Amino acid sequence: MQSVNGLVGHGALLLALPFIALGIIAVPVAVNRGRRDWLEIGYGAVYANFALMTAAALAMISALVTHDFSVSYVAQVGSRETPLFYTIISLWGALEGSILFWAWVLSFYGMTVVALNKSRVGNLVPYAAMTLLCISLFFAILLVGPANPFGIVSPVPQNGPGPNPLLQNHILMAVHPPLLYLGYVGMSVPFAFAVGAVLSGEAEHNDWIKVTRTWTMASWGFLSAAIIAGMWWSYEVLGWGGYWAWDPVENASFLPWLTATAFLHSAMVQERRGMLRVWNLNLVVGTFVLTILGTFLTRSGIISSVHAFTTGTIGYYFLAFITIVLIAGGVIVAGSSDKLRSRGRLDSAASRETVFLLNNLFLTGFMLTVLVGTLFPLVAEAIRGVKVSVGGPFYNRMTLPMIAALLFLMGVGPALPWKIASTAELKRKLIPPAAGAVLLAAVALVAGIHDPYGVLVFAFVGYAATANFREFSIGAGARRAAHDESWPTAFVRLVEGNRRRYGGYIAHFGVFFVALGVAMSSTLRTEREATLQRGMTMQIAGRTLRLQDIWGREEPQRQVVGATLEILNGNRVIGTLEPRMNFYRTQQEPVPTPDVRSGVLGDLYLNLMAFRPDGSSATIRAIYQPLVPWIWFGGGVVVFGAIVGGWPTARRRRAPARVPVPTPPSPPPAREPEYAA
Amino acid sequence: MNRKKGIIIGGAAIIVAAFAYLLYGGLDKNVVYFLTPHELLAKGTKAVDVPVRLGGQVKPGSVKWNDTTLDLHFTITDGTSEVSVASKGAPPQMFRDGMGVVVEGRYRADGTFNCTNLMVKHSNEYRPPKPGESPQEMQKTLIKGAT
Repeated sequence: MQSVNGLVGHGALLLALPFIALGIIAVPVAVNRGRRDWLEIGYGAVYANFALMTAAALAMISALVTHDFSVSYVAQVGSRETPLFYTIISLWGALEGSILFWAWVLSFYGMTVVALNKSRVGNLVPYAAMTLLCISLFFAILLVGPANPFGIVSPVPQNGPGPNPLLQNHILMAVHPPLLYLGYVGMSVPFAFAVGAVLSGEAEHNDWIKVTRTWTMASWGFLSAAIIAGMWWSYEVLGWGGYWAWDPVENASFLPWLTATAFLHSAMVQERRGMLRVWNLNLVVGTFVLTILGTFLTRSGIISSVHAFTTGTIGYYFLAFITIVLIAGGVIVAGSSDKLRSRGRLDSAASRETVFLLNNLFLTGFMLTVLVGTLFPLVAEAIRGVKVSVGGPFYNRMTLPMIAALLFLMGVGPALPWKIASTAELKRKLIPPAAGAVLLAAVALVAGIHDPYGVLVFAFVGYAATANFREFSIGAGARRAAHDESWPTAFVRLVEGNRRRYGGYIAHFGVFFVALGVAMSSTLRTEREATLQRGMTMQIAGRTLRLQDIWGREEPQRQVVGATLEILNGNRVIGTLEPRMNFYRTQQEPVPTPDVRSGVLGDLYLNLMAFRPDGSSATIRAIYQPLVPWIWFGGGVVVFGAIVGGWPTARRRRAPARVPVPTPPSPPPAREPEYAA
Repeated sequence: MNRKKGIIIGGAAIIVAAFAYLLYGGLDKNVVYFLTPHELLAKGTKAVDVPVRLGGQVKPGSVKWNDTTLDLHFTITDGTSEVSVASKGAPPQMFRDGMGVVVEGRYRADGTFNCTNLMVKHSNEYRPPKPGESPQEMQKTLIKGAT
């Protein structure tokens, strides 16, 4: 007997199929016969898809919250002991739910694309909507087939195992997955616009690239935030004190980011100079293929990790879909490449175009390196029958030169004009930032970095940051002189005047913070491990840690064992840390829960490694890593840059209001909440 | 015009070839093989001082852990061959006889495996705990000990 939740959810998914199919048929009919009414049907299907997917997702949330164990997904991830918060977010905690969430987000994007862009003249948007519906069709088939979350469980169990302990141990689980889906799924939109541009013939003009770039910018911002949040989660939950391990799952999120970043730059070359038109099409299609490939790698169970939920038949569906997308993408790109001959040509090597070309070359090379490293173990096992892993040394050796080059180019690109730069201009723009390079290289050496790449990263960040800053200071200075504005006003007006350009430079600054944080924390990490009894101390990075207590605590869904340590600076207690181990009832191995004390200059990171069951001693691993918080901060700056650069320009009012509009009475000042969120 | 096109294609081919060569070299030197004790010993001296991932079970009764010096010694077996492993640092809390582990490190000429990274094969499937190892029991003794 199916419950109401199951009935509504499954019914909505089944109903979505014919609506999606109708929409896919309606668009070509509308376009070929010029039938406005059929276009309305197509767009209606997009809205219906969103409504039905929303109904299915809400039915699932309702099933999770009411512990409706007759629904197979709830029986798999639910438990009566799990706190409500983690119960709700376990919507994306396992395979079927995550596919449902994916389809929901995709339907949301479809609805948004139609709502925001349907007034656009031409057939670009109809075909884009059709493409998005085709992708929706794939996910809807998964949801009624191999990844059906609304299966019927009989007899109905009284309780379930609860979500994977790793996924209910930290609040970032509520942040990282939705951001990742918004970024990952969002890359479907640029792909849909690319397909739409080719099918509608608009690819021959460069106008489609503008709307595509805006959508890419939005998805890219989400994806950037998601990658940083994933690093943070790994750092806070996995207990090894690191944030990036070139794990296939991390690589999967990073691959489309690299090609999308390349596109955000090369799209400007197409807009300004009419070049790279086929290349851009390739980047957009490639980015989308990489998101599907990443989903395949992480969801099919082909690589075992916390993200690989199962080994079912779903992998074959993904492989089939990737094949279809690759063939369709190949046909579209190849078929239109003749019409898309470059309009412009490279005038000089000393131009911004050249820097963007190099930027694309390195980003694509970076992507290929990561792709080869990720896929190599699979290929080696399939062909030679050997099990291998490709670890940090490969990626570091291959990617560090490219990262250094990209950082340097981030300083050169903004300084150069389009088309051609005169020798005088080159000297004026490119020589002063060298002072920044010397300064930061000196800082790196004084701080104790001996690794040549570490020093190089500091030097290039110094160079590029100075060059980017000069773009702001020179521009604002010119405004000050022309309009007699104060520095802050001049800065704000400057950015407002060309948000896309300066948003990009702001994002550059975010990357600089991340680069410094990574360079410093990976080269100057110190680590100590010791077994302490109460009152005993250990030293790390000039601080003393004293073990105060080892304790146990009972919680509904888990048991917690923790150690309390005081941090001493000399004889003064400057804080306490409580690394813990969480024992979930459904898993043998405890989940480590490190505790971190963050400062502007670095993190003190404690992990409880082991304890005597009688509570007499605990083994503590202490790690000091400088500048780790800069990585998270830099991620925030990148996102801010994406918002500044990508936020759609407010449409001008038809009749500018000349009469001053009375300002609404300002609300009474809100009382300070007692607890900050 | 055609000559120019040729130069562009030639240049692209050179870049791609150089890049492929770099990738190949990088993989060749930095791939870590996953071996069982049997496969490791069969390689003889070729396996010495090369980064390797060694997988097998912890031989019952072989675990020696000194929580003052943080020295951990145990033997990994695959049923036919065994390799003794030396490691520094605390074992995972649930480290026990017979469990599946993967150790990363280098095999030394003196016959011990120098482990730099110890990974436990996790299983998310529920298995009833053996007496004495259930978290509840450990918890009770700990809470008693702590108060």
